[in-house]
Amino acid sequence: MYAFRYQTASSAADAASRLAAHEDAKLLAGGQTMIASMKLRLASPSDLIDLAGAADLHGITVDAKGVTLGAMSRHAEVARSADVQKAIPVLAKLAGGIGDRMVRNMGTMGGSVANNDPAADYPAAVLGLNATVNTTTCSIAADDFFLGMYETALQPGEIITSISFPIAKRAAYMKFKNPASRYAMVGVLVAQLADGSVRVAVTGAGPVVFRVAAMEKALEASFTPAAVASIKVPAEGLNSDIHAQADYRAHLITVMAKRAVEAALA
Amino acid sequence: MATPYIGVPIQRREDLRFLTGAGNYTDDLTLPHQTYAVFVRSPHAHARIRSVRTEAAARCAGVVGIFTGEDVAAAKINGLPCGWLIHGTDGQPMKEPPHPILAQGKVRHVGDPVAVVIAETLAQARDAAERVAVDYDVLPAVVDSVQALKTGAPLVHDDVAANRCYTWSIGDKAATDAVFTHAAHVTTLEFQNNRLIPNPIEPRAVNASYSRADDHYTLYVSNQNPHVERLLMGAFVLGLPEHKVRVVAPDVGGGFGSKIYLYAEDVVLTWASKKVNRPIKWTAERSESFLTDAHGRDHHTRAQLALDRDGRFLALRVDTKANMGAYLSTFASAVPTILYATLLAGQYATPLIHCEVTAVFTNTAPVDAYRGAGRPEATYVVERIVEAAAREMKIDPAALRRRNFIRSFPYQTPVALLYDTGDYDATLDRAIEMADVAGFPARRAEAARRGKLRGLGYSCYIEACGIAPSSVAGSLGARAGLFEAGEVRVHPTGKVTVFTGSHAHGQGHETTFAQVVADRLGIPMDDVEIVHGDTSKVLFGMGTYGSRSLAVGGTAIVKALDKVIAKGRKIAAHLLEAAEADIEFTDGQFRVAGTDRSKAFAEIALTAYVPHNFPHDKLEPGLNENAFYDPSNFTFPAGTYICEVEVDPDTGIVRVERFVAVDDFGNIINPMIVEGQVHGGLVQGLGQAMNECGIYDSGSGQLTTGTFLDYCMPRADDMPSFQVDTRSTPCTHNPLGVKGCGEAGAIGSPPALMNALTDALGVADFAMPATPQRVWATLQAAQRKQAA
Repeated sequence: MYAFRYQTASSAADAASRLAAHEDAKLLAGGQTMIASMKLRLASPSDLIDLAGAADLHGITVDAKGVTLGAMSRHAEVARSADVQKAIPVLAKLAGGIGDRMVRNMGTMGGSVANNDPAADYPAAVLGLNATVNTTTCSIAADDFFLGMYETALQPGEIITSISFPIAKRAAYMKFKNPASRYAMVGVLVAQLADGSVRVAVTGAGPVVFRVAAMEKALEASFTPAAVASIKVPAEGLNSDIHAQADYRAHLITVMAKRAVEAALA
Repeated sequence: MATPYIGVPIQRREDLRFLTGAGNYTDDLTLPHQTYAVFVRSPHAHARIRSVRTEAAARCAGVVGIFTGEDVAAAKINGLPCGWLIHGTDGQPMKEPPHPILAQGKVRHVGDPVAVVIAETLAQARDAAERVAVDYDVLPAVVDSVQALKTGAPLVHDDVAANRCYTWSIGDKAATDAVFTHAAHVTTLEFQNNRLIPNPIEPRAVNASYSRADDHYTLYVSNQNPHVERLLMGAFVLGLPEHKVRVVAPDVGGGFGSKIYLYAEDVVLTWASKKVNRPIKWTAERSESFLTDAHGRDHHTRAQLALDRDGRFLALRVDTKANMGAYLSTFASAVPTILYATLLAGQYATPLIHCEVTAVFTNTAPVDAYRGAGRPEATYVVERIVEAAAREMKIDPAALRRRNFIRSFPYQTPVALLYDTGDYDATLDRAIEMADVAGFPARRAEAARRGKLRGLGYSCYIEACGIAPSSVAGSLGARAGLFEAGEVRVHPTGKVTVFTGSHAHGQGHETTFAQVVADRLGIPMDDVEIVHGDTSKVLFGMGTYGSRSLAVGGTAIVKALDKVIAKGRKIAAHLLEAAEADIEFTDGQFRVAGTDRSKAFAEIALTAYVPHNFPHDKLEPGLNENAFYDPSNFTFPAGTYICEVEVDPDTGIVRVERFVAVDDFGNIINPMIVEGQVHGGLVQGLGQAMNECGIYDSGSGQLTTGTFLDYCMPRADDMPSFQVDTRSTPCTHNPLGVKGCGEAGAIGSPPALMNALTDALGVADFAMPATPQRVWATLQAAQRKQAA
């Protein structure tokens, strides 16, 4: 780790102004990726602005329309929230399945979504549940937020403040974990939204989270496992590595989607 | 009766400190005026070093010293030695290219150390190390043993033709080959035994210092055999005599073989500590462990088994290409020869065996002994090919094994070993019973109804442990003896400190050995302390590996205890005014036979140190004895493992549903510790079979699996709940009747799992590890074949 200045932000606005003051400053939103990168000397921010003390980035709000998670909601906090469990059970379950206990106690939703790791779980929830990402400057629809590998619609200096998840009729997330890292090798979130539309969001399989239109259409016609069981996803463009070649990942998308539908109906 | 200690599951006394953070590991130690080292390592698998420029680094804050290969060469420091000289079938000694402690001229694997930077703090050393400028001329690399032997392959060492270290063989080739021309059935298998990266929890760590006051070096090092480390480093590399070097291996957080060896970092720091006149500490980062700890396995093997029409084994022939990595690590040359080919008889009376092994240099980390060391590779050959033969000949795999079991002992195998005892039917019977093999067809049918594939596989392993008789080792090329030493120091109060040359790094010696001592002396276990791991305290030692600690180290202690008791009888005879021959020693009492006149052990101890009225012409004061023990033979633990797996064909995920291990370890001192050793070994073996694989990129020679993100260590939820039991035939040639248990699980389990998996998938062979992708791809290929 290289030397850096540690700063604490008292609010989102304070964080934004501190961020603007230093060219090489980075935000610390749990640090489960950032600290590891710094220890490996792969990242060398001049300043690290800790968002832990920014009160307006914390808090879980649940109402009739949905759940709004403050950006600094720790995964463990979301997982054990009775309100979230009741309103959008898939969200609590997904958060409870991220990394390990230590990661869940430190890692935050905002940190995960802003980093947009191709194998992260939260992007599947944001896209699959048609959430809205609220930032210090605007609100961004999920479909417009995830642009590419580690790339989002966030502008320099823009900070996620919260994410609003509308209540779904039913939803489930199925994750095939990478045997070594336990990240999502293929994670599929299937949701039937309040208006009856269906979303199938896939994380881990491609460079960035994506939807599978053919599956969504089939499930809108018939929300059953059989509806997706024979829908194949093209392997082209999917990730390939020693753990899973693209064709295997493509196959797993179908299997996980089917199992997610089964779980959503259970 | 005194409290029984043998065969009792006493909780491990060392666990209090390990589980409460009170352990004392090498990195915990910080000496006055401590400095810190960072190694500059090769980012390339193979390159010529054009230049190493250290000027900018030397100007960095806090730098105390920087040394390169040139400095090492100028100081005339020898390379790291190999402790085992193999002679090839051509009669020539193996090729032993230099293994410099800092690279000279060339780097030969990613992570090869090029320079060391020593600074006041670790961060300063790291900053400065980034400023060392090394100019490389990158060369093509070769990482695979088969590729490395091919004409035109890059040469790892310019003067080692075809990268061949040696070609060695054992057994009667002509007679073996002759059998294959007329055998009723021949089964052939060709496979890769996957490379493993050890990854003990505690990475390697070194803290070296030099005292000008007495010209003395002290090396703290996370190591499995401090005396061997001292001998190799002192005598062979630095030319330092033993009496000027103290090596301490304090608490060590796991070794699995990878900390047997003398590593470059240990020598560099010891040498440099005098140059900078400061203590120097280095602790490997996990990434360095991946790149530079000696790896395990990595054999490419073709094997053939000849059988008669009734399934009797006639002959086995094996050809193995063993990957040595870039340099010969300390015991590397012994692993694919002495520890491998000699085990190819397994539990079977195969009359003819021939094995040829070619050891090959590649641009990878050195490969050396890793839990089991050669014996897992041998067991894999034997147990996979036996299972394959059974299926080909449609004979029940258990029945085929029984048909060929050795039942008469001692048994001389055709590959040098003499098995002293065993009962292979007993372990197989018990395993079949525990695994409910009879119920397997119903379980398989039930799984099929759920769309799952279920398979069952056996493995009847044998290993040669208690390494080793020095005479045998010497005749096979060992450059060291393989005895063990022990010392029993009885204090005036009757409390006992025992010094052992064995080294515990997770095995629980402090408990097991104390049980042996307490039992033998009839004293409470609390009165016994076990000391190990410090050359200034322990008289000598060959260390811990090859499941040798209790069989060899424990026996050395027993021999010393017997000397203590013998002297105690003399003292008792004097005190009780009886003839020495009439003194019995039981339950901690020296008693005049047939009378109630006795002296307790503590009274005798006190008398030894308060020798008023001592017959000084017949007896010396004091009660302190030591002994060296060199075994007359290996010990031969054996057993049967049965594995039952279920495969999800949709995902390729393999679950071990049942795993039964029935072992014959001879007599057992602490069944709880033995069970723990079996569990750990099984996880390592099943890890090899299901999860782990060290992969180098064939083009760049980079280690693809250089972190835990890609190198798949087994985790608790990958493992079943093991069912374990024992059936014992005591070892015939050590007084404890023990055989050793540390490696069995890792040796016996991989073929059990692969036999179960191939049974489930209905395929002839499957390359370890059984990752979901590989399983799925195999099923896809089978489907395509069926469709075609």
